[in-house]
Amino acid sequence: MAYPYADPRETRLLSKHFGESEAIGIDGWIQRGGYKALQQALGSMSPDEVTAVVKESGLRGRGGAGFPAGLKWSFMPKDDRPRYLVCNADESEPGTFKDREIMRWTPHQLLEGCIIASYAIRAEHCYIYIRGEFVDIVRILNGAVAEAYQRGYLGRNILGSGFDLQLTVHLGAGAYIAGEETGLLNSLEGRRAEPRIKPPFPAQRGAFDMPTTVNNVETLASVPHIVLNGADWYRQWGTEKSPGTKLFSCCGHLQRPGNYEVPLDFNLSDLVYSLCGGPPEGRQLLAVIPGGSSVPIMKADEIDCDVSYEGLEAAGSMLGSGGLIAMDDSTCMVRAVRKMVEFYAHESCGQCTNCREGTVWLAKILRRIERGEGREEDIPLLLDISANMAGRTICPLSDSAAVPVVSSIRKFEHEYLAHIRDKTCTAVR
Amino acid sequence: MSDALHPAVAGAQPSQRAEKNPEAPLFEGDYRERFDKILSRYPNRQAALLPVLNMAQEIRGWLSPQTITRVAELLELTPAYVRSVASFYTMFSTRPLGKHVIQVCTGIGCDLCGAEGVVDKLLEATGTRIGEVSKDGKYTVVEVECLGACGFPTVVQVNDRVFENVKPEDVEGLLGELD
Repeated sequence: MAYPYADPRETRLLSKHFGESEAIGIDGWIQRGGYKALQQALGSMSPDEVTAVVKESGLRGRGGAGFPAGLKWSFMPKDDRPRYLVCNADESEPGTFKDREIMRWTPHQLLEGCIIASYAIRAEHCYIYIRGEFVDIVRILNGAVAEAYQRGYLGRNILGSGFDLQLTVHLGAGAYIAGEETGLLNSLEGRRAEPRIKPPFPAQRGAFDMPTTVNNVETLASVPHIVLNGADWYRQWGTEKSPGTKLFSCCGHLQRPGNYEVPLDFNLSDLVYSLCGGPPEGRQLLAVIPGGSSVPIMKADEIDCDVSYEGLEAAGSMLGSGGLIAMDDSTCMVRAVRKMVEFYAHESCGQCTNCREGTVWLAKILRRIERGEGREEDIPLLLDISANMAGRTICPLSDSAAVPVVSSIRKFEHEYLAHIRDKTCTAVR
Repeated sequence: MSDALHPAVAGAQPSQRAEKNPEAPLFEGDYRERFDKILSRYPNRQAALLPVLNMAQEIRGWLSPQTITRVAELLELTPAYVRSVASFYTMFSTRPLGKHVIQVCTGIGCDLCGAEGVVDKLLEATGTRIGEVSKDGKYTVVEVECLGACGFPTVVQVNDRVFENVKPEDVEGLLGELD
């Protein structure tokens, strides 16, 4: 089975046409039912009706925060200021590579979602903020945008409905923090991608100080399916609080890494062992991070739970972006945590002291433990710094940096102690 | 280029050229057209800063103080402001780079699967240290944070090309493909 896998145990709504190169262009996409939802929305639904069906579907933001998408749209004020939809395609949460695949294989799926969402919130301009490193993906997306303009799905009087929409692809330039929605807005405005203090929320004052909705790629790509088939149809998958399907990007020590789409009541252990094939031959699973590096680490024996927002929370972690990182017994946990913390230290925008200083100190202490120069007091010190980083800053990057530190100490303290006391590593080479 | 380029995507062109000229005029001909198209997509000039810096770097290879001053003039911003923005983003370089900028992802996904070995091999093969320009001006090897392709480690990006599943033994072949 070649990548991208089409495993029969998946439920493929968004990923149904991954791997079909004919689905990338507009003709192939229309042949596969593309732009039908747009016709339906513009032809027979009011913007509020579109918002209502998305609200009823229970679709939650797939970028990491899990905020209900329809509810977010309903916060847009109904005045006559210009308003914007901004698609967050700045996918950069370590372990996550799903939006990339949506845009690579089905760029029109995303565009259709963008156009419908813009109609629902009455936006006049949609910006797709895509990370600059996605060079090959950007080319595909650009081609799709040009096609959509050519066919009249973008521009003036779309499908004769009287709805006008401009769409612009905006290239990021390398900054994880631009994935935070207000950091993204600053970046779009030609500033450093420093997150803003909320409130005001983007719906009140977003891009260019105007009402703005920011949605993730996967969220927007889900919208056409919901509009076309209805809220009840979407709710046949997942749980009451976590309806629908979700893409999981699976990486690390797995036999079949890649993207898998499953209903949100799917079992995490099945995802790791059945779909991804578990760890490489002869290896034991050590730990799993289910939702990108910003969510708590789970021990191998804690993953018998469902992958819903509430299921993972009950199991002590979070769904986050759905970036699953698997680690087998060859992993040095101290090193893995150090790598993740160094990432946050590099990506901290520097506005808030606790984050700017805290991330660097965490990394420094972890490096010394890894080298065998740690002290017993370093463990409480790491926890103390982490406690001072969580919940005290403008955005959650600081919290995210503390998460792997705290969760790994709670679950793998013996690995830290092996480095500190015995100057050894518990990783099986 | 300019005929086919829709204004909606004028500001989202990945750097297309390996050949750079630090002395080249900024934004003439096709590039001027692209510049104007970019400006037409935003309610103010400042918002064009990232796409315009990207284009300037494509033409000149890096963002020198002179380049930054020129971009500032064109967008009615101060050079200090433009520099503060340019230095925030990792894809903008305020120093010269090799013809091939080899970015190796050392994020957690790639690190777990042996990215360090790929970096070592690249440094050995190019005779450089991290961030240096090789003596022949051809290569700069840098470690970068997660490139968002964690299922295909190690991910290496060279200018506007992406290589996936790179192992240390693939390094020589990869370098051979660049010339």
